[in-house]
Amino acid sequence: MTQQHPRLREFKFTLYRIFRNPSAIIGFSLLFIFAGVALFAPQIAPPKYPHNPYLMPHKGFSPTPKPPSQTNIFGTTSGQYDIFYGVVWGTRTAFKIGMFVVGIAAFVGVTLGAVSGYLGGIVDEALMRITDVIWAIPTLVLAMAIIVAFGRGLDKVMIALALVGWRWYVRVIRSEILTLRDQDFVQAAKIMGVSDLKIILRHILPNAIYPVLIMASMDMGSMVITASFLSFVGLGAPKGYADWGQMVALARNYIVGPPGDPLKFWYAIVIPGGCIVLFVLAWNLIGDALRDAFDPKLRRR
Amino acid sequence: MAKLLETVDLVTNFYTYEGVVKALNKVSLVVDHGSTFGLVGESGCGKSVTVRSIMRIVQEPGRIEGGKVIVYLDERDKQAGIDLLQQSETYMESLRGDRISMIFQEPNAALNPTLSIGDQVSESFLFHQKKEMCTKIYEDLCAPECQLFYPIKKIQQAVYGMASNNPYAVSLKIMNKVPILKRWQKRLKKEAKKRAIDIIDKLGIPNPAQVVEQYPHNLSGGMKQRIVIAIALACNPVLLIADEATSNLDVTIQAQILELLRRLKEEVISSILLITHDLGVVAETCDRVGVMYAGNLCEVADVKELFGNPLHPYTRALLDAVPKFSVEKELKSIEGNVPNLVTPPPGCRFHPRCPRVMGVCPQTFPEMKEVKKDHMVACYLY
Amino acid sequence: MEKILSLKNLKKYYPILSGVFRREVNTVKALDGIDLDIYRGECLGVVGESGCGKTTTGKAIIRLHNPTSGHVYYFGKGIKSEEPVDITITKNFALKRLGIRGKLQMVFQDPTTSLNPRMLVKHIIAEPIKSQERMGGRELEDRVIALLKLVGLTRDHLLRYPHEFSGGQRQRIAVARAIATDPEFIVLDEPTSALDVSVQSQILNLLKSLQQTLNLTFMFVTHHLLVVKYISNRVAVMYLGKMVEIAETEVLFSRPVHPYTYALLSAIPIPEVEHKLGRIVLSGDVPSPVNPPEGCRFHTRCPFAIERCLQEEPLLEAVEAGHQAACHRKHHIEALIAENFGQNWISALR
Ligand SMILES: Nc1ncnc2c1ncn2[C@@H]1O[C@H](COP(=O)(O)OP(=O)(O)OP(=O)(O)O)[C@@H](O)[C@H]1O
Ligand SMILES: Nc1ncnc2c1ncn2[C@@H]1O[C@H](COP(=O)(O)OP(=O)(O)O)[C@@H](O)[C@H]1O
Ligand code: SF4
Ligand code: SF4
Ligand SMILES: [Mg+2]
Ligand SMILES: [Mg+2]
Repeated sequence: MTQQHPRLREFKFTLYRIFRNPSAIIGFSLLFIFAGVALFAPQIAPPKYPHNPYLMPHKGFSPTPKPPSQTNIFGTTSGQYDIFYGVVWGTRTAFKIGMFVVGIAAFVGVTLGAVSGYLGGIVDEALMRITDVIWAIPTLVLAMAIIVAFGRGLDKVMIALALVGWRWYVRVIRSEILTLRDQDFVQAAKIMGVSDLKIILRHILPNAIYPVLIMASMDMGSMVITASFLSFVGLGAPKGYADWGQMVALARNYIVGPPGDPLKFWYAIVIPGGCIVLFVLAWNLIGDALRDAFDPKLRRR
Repeated sequence: MAKLLETVDLVTNFYTYEGVVKALNKVSLVVDHGSTFGLVGESGCGKSVTVRSIMRIVQEPGRIEGGKVIVYLDERDKQAGIDLLQQSETYMESLRGDRISMIFQEPNAALNPTLSIGDQVSESFLFHQKKEMCTKIYEDLCAPECQLFYPIKKIQQAVYGMASNNPYAVSLKIMNKVPILKRWQKRLKKEAKKRAIDIIDKLGIPNPAQVVEQYPHNLSGGMKQRIVIAIALACNPVLLIADEATSNLDVTIQAQILELLRRLKEEVISSILLITHDLGVVAETCDRVGVMYAGNLCEVADVKELFGNPLHPYTRALLDAVPKFSVEKELKSIEGNVPNLVTPPPGCRFHPRCPRVMGVCPQTFPEMKEVKKDHMVACYLY
Repeated sequence: MEKILSLKNLKKYYPILSGVFRREVNTVKALDGIDLDIYRGECLGVVGESGCGKTTTGKAIIRLHNPTSGHVYYFGKGIKSEEPVDITITKNFALKRLGIRGKLQMVFQDPTTSLNPRMLVKHIIAEPIKSQERMGGRELEDRVIALLKLVGLTRDHLLRYPHEFSGGQRQRIAVARAIATDPEFIVLDEPTSALDVSVQSQILNLLKSLQQTLNLTFMFVTHHLLVVKYISNRVAVMYLGKMVEIAETEVLFSRPVHPYTYALLSAIPIPEVEHKLGRIVLSGDVPSPVNPPEGCRFHTRCPFAIERCLQEEPLLEAVEAGHQAACHRKHHIEALIAENFGQNWISALR
């Protein structure tokens, strides 16, 4: 074997372990497609209102969805919004929601959890009690309260989700750190006079971060579902905003078609709904694969 | 002495994704009736895999690829060897924990944390000695000194009479499901509990009546290991396999358990196959010793012979590497490391570390030879 | 002989917390009054059964925990203090300022857990050096390579992760890390018990030679008496948070005094067939350190316990020069052993 830098070798090995798993391949392919769509949204579906591309274009106001045609290849949903456009730009929305919420939640949660777990004592006690209080707040109720107070909007939903999302991360990282803190290599670093901050950054977090990665990837899915749900019940994105949940909501009255043809408006529900399902599935498959790949029991030797 | 267990060219491989771990490479050993056979070697040399192959409980992704495991359960009948590798799984189930018992290093893994000690030991009796216990209860019931309300006595006699013929009869199985009739087992359970207390007492645990009410987490490691031994003994095994059964214990507790095993071998069990990495334990408890290295058995001899006149270079190196009591000598270390069994060295697996390696060594694997009476070595030097 | 460390009445009680409010309901008396002097340049073996407080003693000396009471005086050389420093009351940053942090080191039992699995060997060994002094990249690397050579590894091993090594090699890396800061004293907490026999001797010989070349003082914690016999000059026997006997190695193995030492000696499985000590099988288990027995802690298992042992705690007193034992009947034990277990027993030791 030619000499490679060990980090590269290790990285390759991790990749190998991840992609050994078929679910990782499916998950990452799906994610790759979604990411491509999100990235090239302006090319795939050129916006009609360049300063507000998330607004779905619509021709007319007829509440009845129209089937796929030359002009609207995925058809139109209630209010004549173009489903294709909505799906493409909705991908961006989904990534926006997921990344913002999970990013904030993971950052806040990891910081608080690390501090709490490593310092212990009163700091830990206080932080854990605060977390307990946050645990008592139901996400949906908080979201509704914020929306009632500050008005409807996707940004409010994201803030509400981020406000409660971190509590998971605190618990996970704290329990990881509690076990790591007593590990011999951390003790060894301590007797060598390494500072606390360095111990956290170099010894503890690199070993504790994997459960967070796994959780974050699962969370990307579930946050998008929650946001979609809020949009569906009319608390999230405003009407006409390119958001999958919002599009399902628009088609709410057309889930079952007229008597005799119950599947008549399938495209209005199945296309945006399918996007949500696939998006969540992609992240869950990735999370599963990561879990298998990072399982310490299965690591070599 | 008559053979009890014989393995012939046992080969076991593990199909891991890093490659095929050739864990056992033609291991042939013989355990006699009435002897204690010690299997020593460093960790990963295949001691556990050997006994797991013998019991056919090799874990995934392992497969026994060849060889024979012959047991001669009856000391007198020398012809009646049974090849365990050819037997059905049902047969193995009836053999494991019955005629051949096994205890492991970790007593926690063998005990159920949610059941009391008494329940676990008596369960073993209920499993293995049901018929015998039913017969005993039936005899007790028929005995003149049994003072029981007459009709009840009659009913119980009838039930236990039936059970002593066949404790797994369909009618009894049905009775076990019916709430009131289920209670016929009460006497049986009481008898099992009594036997559990007896055996725990016999193993030298103080206050057995109190211990049976406790749960595994109430007991120390040594006590737990003794309970595991009690469970293993419930069925009068002819062979007890102890895989590092004392390695996790403190020296003084280890001494207690070894003493116990020695006593049990005299009184209850016929033979013990003791697996350990501690040469001291072997020297103290075994009659015959096999030394393993990297999936090979390299030397088999009687204890005195092996420690007094080790022949295989590995055995010698190993004996030179452990600190002794009476001699003050610089410890010699064996250079290098135990090889990875995915790509074991060709020929004699010890050759990269052997101080006396010769030209033939890396080429073909040396066969086991009897160089002296009862002293076998696999090395080209002999 | 010059003292390097002196432990005075050292105690460590771990609280047992219970209930909703995590109130302290009881304490584990891990160390209950340890008095011990460690001399410069020696290798002191500490033996005893699991849970008797060996590791806790070692960790108190390098201040990995705060003892409940008592003192550990360090008579250091090349530190910024003329006076002996009481380690137990010196704050962490003060230890670092005085230059003591690097002088007292530890090697842990299991090299798999004592090396950070996500750091390269190079960084593992460089870390303690970097935390002591500033050094340029080249110079640092040279120093790391020199350390690796010292423990029998080569520069090829620099850029590898711990899991790519065998157990013995990992323990070598741990030793290299411990000697990186040029320490005076190292606690070796069962450094060979996770290793194979053939590798154990490599590490023991390595430690022995390092002690010579680097003028180190060792505290070698183990439960393996034969290893102690091989490596140490002096041995301290612990039982349930107390020192019960301290003596030179030859003395302890030929003329022990405490009944517990006899029991330990008889319990070691000796890999020699001619040499057999008789057995003194102790009944029962080590009592819990939460409620240690009154009087002599060993009386529940001691074959020679008398009335006085149940009431009065024996003190660690000199039997002869350099040999201390804590037993009320310390002058009679030899006769008692000969009487109960046969004269052979005594002669087998000599
Ligand atoms: N962090 C802790 N919290 C509570 N109790 C502890 C802690 N560390 C050790 N103890 C207790 O203190 C006692 C002494 O422990 P110590 O680790 O010093 O034993 P040891 O002699 O090193 O044993 P071993 O041979 O098993 O390593 C034990 O009873 C142990 O359970
Ligand atoms: N379940 C398993 N999967 C893969 N390899 C295994 C498994 N069990 C044992 N092995 C391999 O078989 C060899 C022998 O192991 P074992 O018999 O457990 O050693 P020991 O002599 O310490 O009991 C080792 O190389 C080990 O890695
Ligand atoms: S066969 Fe050769 S290499 Fe193997 S032990 Fe004998 S002399 Fe050494
Ligand atoms: S003081 Fe008494 S109980 Fe303690 S060791 Fe001595 S004789 Fe035994
Ligand atoms: Mg094993
Ligand atoms: Mg310890």
